[in-house]
Amino acid sequence: MQKRLVLDQEEIDIILKRFCHQLIENHDDFENTVLLGLQPRGPIFLDKIVEKLKEVSGVQVDSGYLDATFHRDDFRRRDFPLKANETKIDFLIEGKKVILVDDVLYKGRSVRAAMDAMIAFGRPQKVELLILVDRKLTRDYPIMPDYFGIRVNTLDSQYVNVEWKDKGFEKDAIWITEKVAE
Amino acid sequence: MSQLSTRHLLGIKDLTEEDIQLILSTASDFKEVINRPIKKVPSLRDITIANVFFENSTRTKLSFELAEKRLSADVVNFSSSNSSVKKGESLVDTVNNILSMKVDMVVMRHSSPGAPHFLSRNVDANIVNAGDGTHEHPTQALLDSFSIQEKLGDVAGKKVAIIGDILHSRVALSNIFCLQKLGAEVMVCGPITLLPKYVESLGVKVELDVNKALEWCDVANVLRIQLERQQIKYFPSMREYSLYYGIDKAMLDALDKEIVVMHPGPINRGVELNSDVADSDQSIILNQVENGVAVRMAVLYLLAGAKN
Repeated sequence: MQKRLVLDQEEIDIILKRFCHQLIENHDDFENTVLLGLQPRGPIFLDKIVEKLKEVSGVQVDSGYLDATFHRDDFRRRDFPLKANETKIDFLIEGKKVILVDDVLYKGRSVRAAMDAMIAFGRPQKVELLILVDRKLTRDYPIMPDYFGIRVNTLDSQYVNVEWKDKGFEKDAIWITEKVAE
Repeated sequence: MSQLSTRHLLGIKDLTEEDIQLILSTASDFKEVINRPIKKVPSLRDITIANVFFENSTRTKLSFELAEKRLSADVVNFSSSNSSVKKGESLVDTVNNILSMKVDMVVMRHSSPGAPHFLSRNVDANIVNAGDGTHEHPTQALLDSFSIQEKLGDVAGKKVAIIGDILHSRVALSNIFCLQKLGAEVMVCGPITLLPKYVESLGVKVELDVNKALEWCDVANVLRIQLERQQIKYFPSMREYSLYYGIDKAMLDALDKEIVVMHPGPINRGVELNSDVADSDQSIILNQVENGVAVRMAVLYLLAGAKN
């Protein structure tokens, strides 16, 4: 299987720090800002950002996990319904600035569903999107990130694999792999 | 795997343990949804559901309707009291006429046991049994197990006593199947005339003394006396039934443990349960009602979600 390294641990660390500085620049002390990680893989990355923000600026930013399974547009178009993940939002987002966080932006459909799910918790003042890997050529919906770690050219026949050390992998790493032909 | 082994919910008897666990875990996702400021999700927005009730219902009908609306389904309601059934139309004809209006799912309550099974063999839509005579009431059993799980952490290993009119109760039968599949021990308790003759063959314990049943159990699921289904007298009077089988707070206080009290409703206060029990901290009756919506959302979501 062809496998190409896109980001290694050191590069991911640099990107994390850059995200923190960009966020501090735009959101100051995060008084009116919350971060939401999009299930299923956004929360892992979100937790890293929250931790790094605390390290860099000493601020403990409000954060939560958002699941958009029930808002997806492919219900009844799959062989069976998707199982939802935990939504954990202990605050209202009414009037808040919300930063949606995910690891990979692919078709844009999950982000659309997430925005739909998000407004069940109130009307935000502003919404931004923070993405680690932006697959720029595969979008179905007109959705662009406000912050991205790296922008890659990929095809539908490829996967972007995100590996985290604390999820049992050797190191933090992002790979592009070819889908195996069926 | 997030798929049920069946495309209808006719009874708990047909479900596997995995099906039940999937419904309960999906229900907990929906419980989170119905506690949000905006309690509605768009999953079933292109689905039309007919609630076909050939028998009276308040709670179940409201609960199904709310579940359907929370999932954004289009809902049509039908009850036999003001329909062509009164003019002699057959069950299949009635439902086929409703289906001609492009209905995807039918939630049905009927006084004849097996009516939803019959329907599932004759029509194309997904059928959900909302109670068929004295046979099964699967969503009630699922919400009862969900409520036990929520209160006690797990259903497996728990001792559940079902107390009251077992003979005429579809809730009892569905609960027995559901609790046993989830690994609980089940006891039935009531006057001998209100216990089915071969109930022991279902693998349940039988007890005639309500105090002994309370001593044994972790959960008491108390049922109503279904006078409307009783063609003959099964006990001398309601007063006598209440005297021997009614549960009051003093009986619970006399136990050396705190048991959980459930009731599927409607309660006849002062008959099977005294108000001091129904309104006590040990009662989870209103939690059952709330959980009913979440469980029914899960059932509809899982049945509707499979690609036809």
